[in-house]
Amino acid sequence: MSDAAAHEFQFSSAAHQRETAISGIWLFLATEALFFGPIFLAWIYARLADPSAFDAGGRQTELAIGVTNTALLIASSFAYGVGLACIEFGSRRGMVLWLLIAWALGAAFIGLKFGVEWRMDLEKGLFPGATFSVHGPSRSGAQLFFAFYFFSTALHGLHLLVGLALLAWIIAKARQFTSERHSPVRAVGLYWSFIDIIWLILFPLIYLIGRAS
Amino acid sequence: MNGYWPSATTEGREVDVLLLALLLVSCAVLALVFGLILLYMIRYRAGSGVSRGERSHKTWRFEISWTAATLAIFFGLFIWGGDLYVRLFQPPADALQIYVVGKQWMWKVEHQGGQREINALHIPINRPIQLVMTSEDVIHDFAVPAFRIKHDVLPGRYQTLWFQVDRIGVFQLFCTQLCGVGHYTMTGEVVAMSQPDFENWLASGAAPEGHEDMAAAGKDLFTAHGCSGCHGEGGVGGSPETTGIAAPALSGLYGRSVKLQTGATVTADDKFIRDCILTPDKTPVAGYPLIMPSFAGQISEEKVLRLIAYIKSLKSGSRT
Amino acid sequence: MTHSAAHVSYLEDGHTLRSWLLTTDHKRIAILYLVAITFFFFAGGVAAFLMRYNLISSHGLLGSAETYNRLFSMHGILMVWVFLVPAVPVTLGNFLTPLMLGARDLAFPPLNLLSWYLFIVAGFVALYAVVAGGVDTGWTFYTPLTSLYSKGHVVAAFIAIFIAGFSSIATGLNFIVTIHKLRAPGMGWYKMPVFLWSLYATSVILVLATPVLAMTLLLVAFERIFGIGVFDPAIGGDPLLFQHLFWFYSHPAVYVMILPGFGVISEIVPAFSRKELFGYKFIVWASIAIAVIGFLVWGHHMFVAGTSLFSAIVFSLLSYMVAVPSAIKVFNWIGTMHKGYIHFDSPMLYAIGFIGLFTTGGLTGLFVAALAADVHLTQTYFVVAHFHYVMVGGMVSAYFAGLHFWWPKITGRLYPEMWGRAGAITIFVGFNLTFFPQFVLGYLGMPRRYFAYPQQFEALNLLSSAGAVVLAIGYLLPLGYLTWSLLYGDRASANPWGATGLEWSTPSPPPTENFAVTPIVTQAPYQYEQPEAVIHE
Repeated sequence: MSDAAAHEFQFSSAAHQRETAISGIWLFLATEALFFGPIFLAWIYARLADPSAFDAGGRQTELAIGVTNTALLIASSFAYGVGLACIEFGSRRGMVLWLLIAWALGAAFIGLKFGVEWRMDLEKGLFPGATFSVHGPSRSGAQLFFAFYFFSTALHGLHLLVGLALLAWIIAKARQFTSERHSPVRAVGLYWSFIDIIWLILFPLIYLIGRAS
Repeated sequence: MNGYWPSATTEGREVDVLLLALLLVSCAVLALVFGLILLYMIRYRAGSGVSRGERSHKTWRFEISWTAATLAIFFGLFIWGGDLYVRLFQPPADALQIYVVGKQWMWKVEHQGGQREINALHIPINRPIQLVMTSEDVIHDFAVPAFRIKHDVLPGRYQTLWFQVDRIGVFQLFCTQLCGVGHYTMTGEVVAMSQPDFENWLASGAAPEGHEDMAAAGKDLFTAHGCSGCHGEGGVGGSPETTGIAAPALSGLYGRSVKLQTGATVTADDKFIRDCILTPDKTPVAGYPLIMPSFAGQISEEKVLRLIAYIKSLKSGSRT
Repeated sequence: MTHSAAHVSYLEDGHTLRSWLLTTDHKRIAILYLVAITFFFFAGGVAAFLMRYNLISSHGLLGSAETYNRLFSMHGILMVWVFLVPAVPVTLGNFLTPLMLGARDLAFPPLNLLSWYLFIVAGFVALYAVVAGGVDTGWTFYTPLTSLYSKGHVVAAFIAIFIAGFSSIATGLNFIVTIHKLRAPGMGWYKMPVFLWSLYATSVILVLATPVLAMTLLLVAFERIFGIGVFDPAIGGDPLLFQHLFWFYSHPAVYVMILPGFGVISEIVPAFSRKELFGYKFIVWASIAIAVIGFLVWGHHMFVAGTSLFSAIVFSLLSYMVAVPSAIKVFNWIGTMHKGYIHFDSPMLYAIGFIGLFTTGGLTGLFVAALAADVHLTQTYFVVAHFHYVMVGGMVSAYFAGLHFWWPKITGRLYPEMWGRAGAITIFVGFNLTFFPQFVLGYLGMPRRYFAYPQQFEALNLLSSAGAVVLAIGYLLPLGYLTWSLLYGDRASANPWGATGLEWSTPSPPPTENFAVTPIVTQAPYQYEQPEAVIHE
């Protein structure tokens, strides 16, 4: 299988193998979408039941960090896209460069989110429980908001870490890819963009809705 | 225990008729399916020389006809079951309300007169009874097979269940939602008595503790928890002049419609009053600042029920 | 590239443990699964047997409600996630999908092996949860009992189910891509055997519903670990939301269990009636309809849970709708037998048993879909009997039917036919003895999950427990004679039943690469010819 033209014996050609692999990734992303679906559904449902408390919770979040992180992730997906275009045009060096940028932007998101923002949140006493710092009538609903917040950002962060590992793997194996054969680069790119899309749904749920009302 | 069959309620007997119809349909279909399989197994066994003749290759006529037949029967059953279900869960307006709280692992019942009982429910016959049920911990389910009725009892909300028993007797009560190790012990009995016997039972203090009318007990709580501090003695309402704070009047509240800050209008029923006490931010009443503290975790479900009974008893403008 | 000349059977292609544990051959992985599934089936079965032992007396013979609660939770968790959901897809599906398609393997063989390892890890974590102290919440994990009150090893059980879910998703994904991309030349969609259509519909459910369960369990685990969470009524969470999400997976999961069974029966009935499958396209589209509508009926588990009247009515109607395609299938199987030449070999006996038990299970489904009737019957033994008729009577019979049908292909050996028939009949009789009394118990009001119960239910429980003994013997019989056949059974020819289908055109057991030459498909499936001896009449 190490030979460039080779394909596994159940496929009729290397191209057949490549398109099959990409179908698999798309299907996997469908699974992932249904995985995150319940959080979004439960979140919106819970907010409808108690909007004022949710909004009170939402106003406690760090908007500046949220906006910065959103920009980081979008830029990272963009960088990945440029990297993918580079390998399609045969520039392996360009691909590595842009993927390194994408990786760094993703890592910056993780650092900012968990190193800075979470620490601020915890110091402000926003983790639900007896020490929760929001008082008054919104206390219980705001706790619910932050239960969602910590749960979903942790899960999203975990996906991002997996994505960073995959990116590192692609960069490490960059020598194998050519303008014809690079379906792993494409596959990881789909996953990387997917994580981005999940964030683009979380971002308004966390930072914007509470401030808009 | 007696009296499982026939059911002790009119609706229960109707459920039995529905079940009988379902049974007959099922038997007919089973007879058809098993009959044909047996017939073909014998007639068309490999060794049999019977002529197979022309086989039909066009199948859609058969498909359409059995699909249509199935659909028609199913639709009939659906309508029947749905119609009866709606009636099972729509209580008459004049039902006698009794309060039920489930907890691991017992049923606590409180009558309006304050009579309390555990794992037993005494009711008069020939009178619609409505149970207002909630749970202190996990989900339970209040089921009386002899009435062909059951409903889950959830923490954090009120569920109602109604029935009208037309026969004197003692009927089994089960919890039918797994609620922990003692689930199987969460049983009891429903004792249906004639109206005079029931009144005697209420009056004889059948409940072990010395009981106080639920509304009267609620009135004590109303003062003890400081409700009267804002809402005024007797729940007449507060204003900056009288109580130092604007608070809505509670007398005459029950059953009225209330306008919320969200623009929605809701009816002030048991559930609404409960929400106002425990999660006031969910039900911000129009025209008042959102300053009422939540009493969640501070008063038990039973006390909430007594408070509600008290608020219900407050007629408009009256001072009890 | 291709393995040349000598066609070594897949069983002979390496004898080391390593050649099995690191194989990517779909046929060997199917065998690995078969061993694991059989183990978990008997583990779950022992729990069931102990439950029936407990219920012989109204006082509970086990002496401890805690033990009993752990047993039924273990029984449910093991049977649902490491037996019923995977059983047919990962064994027969794994073995047959490439063979029926005329392909050499699944699209992603390493993923297939990975899903087996995940499955094994899941199964043993589940067993750990049981041995370490058990789970007492039932397999349905209703909150807040599970999230805040239970003292069992709930999180371990969740990890097991979570991993088993990954395994299911990997398998489903592999099947879908394989069926799309690896069909032999000429194998159009309508030339595919119904088994593959069923597997396809099953895989769609696995891929789309399993992640919802995974997320739901994560949310409950979060609530359990931190003591606060989104289903907690104390902070305004909604325990009913858990039930919605749980059943959004767990009802379609019932179709994951039964659809592959439909596929198996649709292969066997034509083969032993020597006749084309009646209404092929209707059966095919019935499977797809079940998969689609199956996603829209979860609310029928909650008719007395506190949802609105309106939603109950909609879910009741949809539940009747989902029953229609199942009825279509039953009628078509009977239509296939009409004017056939019916042989009564063991697979056919199991298949007929399936039709009978599944029809009974389906018809009792009409009882619980009728709203007012459900109010009385739900959460009683009626429901227990209903879903055992569908999932055990139906699905397990279909699994055994398929296992007997393809056993010669899988192992290259024939089992003793008389023992096979005896097994089929014992299971049918034992099953009815065990579960039919439970319908009556349910109507009389006996609640589920009661360690001890009022004395008036004792006689019927005794009958049910007696039936369980017969049923247990029925399940032990195939274990005995099928194992025996591995060593002493006669060698099987390539096509011992005279069945159509590409899998029968290659030797038994098949060579590693399945087909010496990639087959080209020209015919629709199930082209059985009338036997010549009678054709001139």
